[in-house]
Amino acid sequence: MSATASTIVARLAGIAGDAYVIADPAGLDAYAIGGIRPAAAIRPGSPAEISELIKFAVAEKLSVVPCGARTKIEMGLPPRKYDLAIDITRMDRVIAYDPGDLTLSVEPGIPLKKLSAVLAEQGQFLPLSVPFFQLATLGGTIASAVDSPLRQFYGTPRDFVLGMEFVTGDGTLAKSGGRVVKNVTGYDLHKLMIGAFGTLGVIAKINFRTFPLPRDARGFVATFRSAGAALDLRARLARSPLRPLTLDILSPGVSPIFYSDAAARIDPNPLPPGLLSPELWAFTCGFAGTEKVLARCETEVRAMAAPSGAVSISILSDRQVHAAFARKREFVPIALASSPAAVVLKVGVLPSKMNDALKEVEAAANSESLRWAALARGVGVIYVALLPDAQSDETRMRVSRASTRIQDACEKAGGQATIPWCPIDWKAGLKVWGTERGDLPLMRKLKSVFDPQGILSPGRFVGGL
Amino acid sequence: MDSRLIRDLKKLLGADAVLDKREDLLLYEYDGSVESARPNCVVFPRTTEDVVGIVRLANRYKTPLVGRGAGTGLSGGALPRHGGILTVFSRMNRILAIDAENQRATVQPGVVNSDLSLAVAHLGLHFAPDPSSQKACTIGGNVAENSGGPHTLAYGVTTNHVLALEMVLPDGELARIGSPALDVSGYDLPGLFVGSEGTLALVTEITVKLTPLPEAVKTLLAIFDSLDDATETVAEITARGITPAACEMLDGWTLRAVEAYVHAGFPLDSAAVLLIDVDGLREAVEAQVDAVADVCRVHHAREIRVARDAAERDLLWKGRKNAFGAVGRLSPTYYVQDGVIPRTKLPVTIRRINEIGKKYGFEIGDIFHAGDGNLHPIILFDASDPKQFERAVAASDEIIKFCIEMGGAITGEHGVGMEKDRLMPLLFSDAELDLMRRVREAFNPASLLNPGKIIPAKSCGEIRVRPLPIAGGSPA
Repeated sequence: MSATASTIVARLAGIAGDAYVIADPAGLDAYAIGGIRPAAAIRPGSPAEISELIKFAVAEKLSVVPCGARTKIEMGLPPRKYDLAIDITRMDRVIAYDPGDLTLSVEPGIPLKKLSAVLAEQGQFLPLSVPFFQLATLGGTIASAVDSPLRQFYGTPRDFVLGMEFVTGDGTLAKSGGRVVKNVTGYDLHKLMIGAFGTLGVIAKINFRTFPLPRDARGFVATFRSAGAALDLRARLARSPLRPLTLDILSPGVSPIFYSDAAARIDPNPLPPGLLSPELWAFTCGFAGTEKVLARCETEVRAMAAPSGAVSISILSDRQVHAAFARKREFVPIALASSPAAVVLKVGVLPSKMNDALKEVEAAANSESLRWAALARGVGVIYVALLPDAQSDETRMRVSRASTRIQDACEKAGGQATIPWCPIDWKAGLKVWGTERGDLPLMRKLKSVFDPQGILSPGRFVGGL
Repeated sequence: MDSRLIRDLKKLLGADAVLDKREDLLLYEYDGSVESARPNCVVFPRTTEDVVGIVRLANRYKTPLVGRGAGTGLSGGALPRHGGILTVFSRMNRILAIDAENQRATVQPGVVNSDLSLAVAHLGLHFAPDPSSQKACTIGGNVAENSGGPHTLAYGVTTNHVLALEMVLPDGELARIGSPALDVSGYDLPGLFVGSEGTLALVTEITVKLTPLPEAVKTLLAIFDSLDDATETVAEITARGITPAACEMLDGWTLRAVEAYVHAGFPLDSAAVLLIDVDGLREAVEAQVDAVADVCRVHHAREIRVARDAAERDLLWKGRKNAFGAVGRLSPTYYVQDGVIPRTKLPVTIRRINEIGKKYGFEIGDIFHAGDGNLHPIILFDASDPKQFERAVAASDEIIKFCIEMGGAITGEHGVGMEKDRLMPLLFSDAELDLMRRVREAFNPASLLNPGKIIPAKSCGEIRVRPLPIAGGSPA
């Protein structure tokens, strides 16, 4: 290690303590992004320590990347410069939980699984059933804006994060919002931190509204010969008074990957055999409520599925719902494990354009002879996995052509497609964040306010931010 | 004001779209708050291009510029604190597109909140944010203030329903942020601009989510002989995980004022009533009515009435939504606070508010969006007596400080505006206020747009109020 590097390590140890600085190559491998290791990783124990670290990084012109359990560290673009990983996993406490008020204040390093257990003791939960659930931290989930099948009913973190504390790129420890469920005091700066991939600040504390755990659930799976037919049921349901908690449509290509050994390793709950077919599209949704409510939902969905052209209809019991739900939640990790060079696009279009988008996906994948699978959320967000059989220049070209075609079509339809996951070597050749939008200059202004020296996750986000 | 600016504004917009006579301007020096500030001129743009032109002229003449919808705001957000051009959006009031299939609508900022809901009712949809002023207030104003309303308890406030904005920045540039499609890449700019109280941009077009109307609605009126019983009922409804669509509380004083005005059938001798809506699927509503009634009974409700039909329901809600009008009949000047507290702290906070009233010699009316802990204590005062006004403000500040001690905030839905900017240091550090200031300056560098709002000009040196620790956390 060079003299400078060892000085840095000593200074870091002065801030967080010897035990919490990682500087050996083997230890740092765990923090590598695209094979690039930082000079050091540090595990701060408090917001004040994060603030000190950032001030130190500014003084030394070091670039920092905040991270949690690193399950999603390869999303987005690799950082332009990567000196220091700020690992927030030591900050894993519940700071305040007022179950009677359904509000929660928590540190970002807490694993989702641990937090779920704390909330479940009070019959509550956060609707953050996101991919990599077994390992992911809360902070990484919020910073990367991965979504949950439950968004159909509960929305996304912008709808239930009440406030935050964060450290900006000049070391300022700031808060915005609060821990009450309704609040317009000052600018909603914390909303900017959601999905910003650590480019505006390091999240130090998050306040949430919590929700009562739904008591009884019932799942529903109907198969169809076309995406259009499955989407027709979605439209009927949207016009009905029923309010499903989840609503996802699965392409025929989902069946083989959901029944694979890889899927079973990611989530051991067995999916009922025969539920999905490799030839058919599957419409899936889940409801919660009293027995009377669930009975009504069942009757009405059956009645709506038939005129939409359902081939089969299955009702899932409470236990089966959990297995099917876990598969939907883990679609991305399952897709990533299903190909040596999986590429996952995230499409956002109006619900009425989903059928066209899915047709384009199918055409693009077929014309490049790519195996593919798609999971389309009822709200108009589609995850598309392109699954080449090998990682080579030739498959990269095929994937590139297919993804460009899909991205162009989505933009023409007034939406967008980004590429959150792909082999890291392929990122430079793909439009990872889609085409730049007209609001990029406003985002640059914000970046210059929050991170004037450009040390926070530089280059990871949209437009090189 | 420079007469050349008036001339240029008239040239841009036409003489019928510019007011600059003193008697005309008088109408625009108030909003719904106790503040006042007179503009130098008032303009009425019809198009986005008009707004661009107005902003450019404001820049050329270095004149402050403030946007205004219907002027129903309660914190002076639409008042030109330092004079200048008041841009009133009442002529930009067209609903531009309704997309029933995708449950979206695009509107101009001057569209009246309830007009949008009326326009989409035949499609089984509505625009969920429902401020009490919804028959007058505009969606542009709702966006600026991030307005709430009784039913935001279940449906969320304005920011939860805004997908995209077209807006004119303070330098005259036109910008579009957000998207009708979800999850477009980049920072959540609508999240920042909604609720920025007209300090970052003038919004010229708004794309919102429309929400299906519920299949069934039941309205309960629970009548209590004790204020504590009513607030404890609300705390327990929350704690049991029941989410009514709305849960409002009126204390005895307020409901007597309302009853004299609206004749909704509120019992004149009670200490408090809760007005609770539950909605959703028929089967779910039945169960929820039972659950809510059960909690009310546990807490000694004297009587629980369930509105028999829509007419009876509307009458009860008319009482609630006209409460401030009813109070206005008693006194032309009253001071309404907008503090928010955790729902578990409702009983103690209400007791404290009434003690504060006694201390300052006011009878304080309590009317709350109780279900989300948003308090609107009303202090009547005589504006002709400056000492009384001072006392009203002192009492109000003491209430706000208590809300902050309880872990709350200074405004739940009315905004900071020019009324509460001096209170911001109670909640935010200098560094935090400076960060907000830098965000404002990034878009509004000369502070030409709505100057003197939200962020105090400089720290007033007050000591921040520290929230008390709350139980339930793991050890620090």
